[in-house]
Amino acid sequence: MPWTLDDSRPIYLQLEDLIKARIIAGTYKPGERLPSVRELAAEAAVNPNTMQKALTELERSGLVYVQRTSGRFITEDTNIMKELKEHLAKEQIQLFLTHMKQLGFQKEDIIRLLTQEIKEEI
Amino acid sequence: MNELLTCVDLTKQYGSKTALDSINLIIPRGRIIGLLGPNGSGKTTLIKLINGLLSPTFGHLYINGMEPGPETKKVVSYLPERTYFNSWMKVTDILNFFCDFYADFSRVRAEDMLQHLGIDPKARLSAMSKGTKEKVQLIMVMSRDADLYCLDEPIGGVDPAARDYILQTIISNYNEHASVLISTHLISDIENVLDDVIFIQNGHIRLHASVDAIREQEGKSVDALFREVFRC
Repeated sequence: MPWTLDDSRPIYLQLEDLIKARIIAGTYKPGERLPSVRELAAEAAVNPNTMQKALTELERSGLVYVQRTSGRFITEDTNIMKELKEHLAKEQIQLFLTHMKQLGFQKEDIIRLLTQEIKEEI
Repeated sequence: MNELLTCVDLTKQYGSKTALDSINLIIPRGRIIGLLGPNGSGKTTLIKLINGLLSPTFGHLYINGMEPGPETKKVVSYLPERTYFNSWMKVTDILNFFCDFYADFSRVRAEDMLQHLGIDPKARLSAMSKGTKEKVQLIMVMSRDADLYCLDEPIGGVDPAARDYILQTIISNYNEHASVLISTHLISDIENVLDDVIFIQNGHIRLHASVDAIREQEGKSVDALFREVFRC
C-alpha cells in the first residue's frame, strides 16, 4: 500500500487515515508492534514530528497503545476495530450518496441500482 | 535551551539596497524548516549571515546564544549554493579535509552514503557531473553532527531519485537537538518533510507557520499558497 498524500488536507490527518487503512487491511495486525516513528517517517517520506502527531492521534482514539520502553502496539480490542471499520464504511457510503445525488438519483433509484449491482456481482 | 537561532532586528544592506529589513526570528531545536521566497528575496543573505560570511548592518543574530564566529561554526553545518571544493581534489581528499576541520564529522556515515549513491571515493571532482558534485557536497554536510544544518538550494541540480535519497537522509538524520534550514524553490518536493515554512519577500518575513497549520487554515498546500502569495 503506497503512502499517497494529497495537497489539500493536513499531512498528519492523512497519515492517520493511511495507518488506519493498514490496520484494517491487516498490514499491521492486532497486538503487533508498530514500526518506530523514525521508520514510519522514512517509509512515508514525511517529517518525523508529523508522523509522531499522527500516532498520538491514533493513541487518543484507542486504536494504538503505548507500552513504555517497548513501543506502540495495535489494539486487540475487537470493539474498537469494529467501530473503526463501521466508521470508515459510513464515510464511504456518505461519499457515494453525495456523488449519486450529484448525478440526480433519488433514494429509490439508488437502492434499485445498488441491489441490481450486488446481484450481478454474486 | 530550546532556542537555537535568534534574529533580533536583523538588517543587511548592500549599499543603498536593503536585502534584509529588521528581521525577528526564532528557530527552536528539532525542526525542519523551509526558507521559501522568490529570487532576490533575501534567503541566501540570511543563510550567509548565519554562517558569518556576512556581518549584519544593524541588529543581532545568535546561535546557541553566541554571535557567529569560530564557536558557532563548530555547530553549524553549511551547504552553500555553489561548490567550493577544488576540482583537482578526490573524494578522499575532501573526506580528509572534513575530518581535520570538523570534530563532529562522521567519516563512516559519509562513506556509507557515498557507497549508497555509487560514488567512487577515488574519483576526482573534475571528472564528475554537476549533480554528482552536489551530492558529494551534501553528503559531507549531512555527515556532521551539527546543531543547525543550513542547506542553500540542496536539491536543485540532482535527479529525482537522488532527491528522494537526500530527503530520506534528512529524515533519518533527524534528531530533536538539531534543526535543518532548507532554502529552495522546489516546494512541492520537500513539503512533506518540513515542520515549518518561512516565506520571505523583499527582505521581510511574510509568514512563519507550520505546514499542517497552513493546510488546515488555507485548505491548500504550501506550494499552492506560495504560488498565490508570490503571483507575478
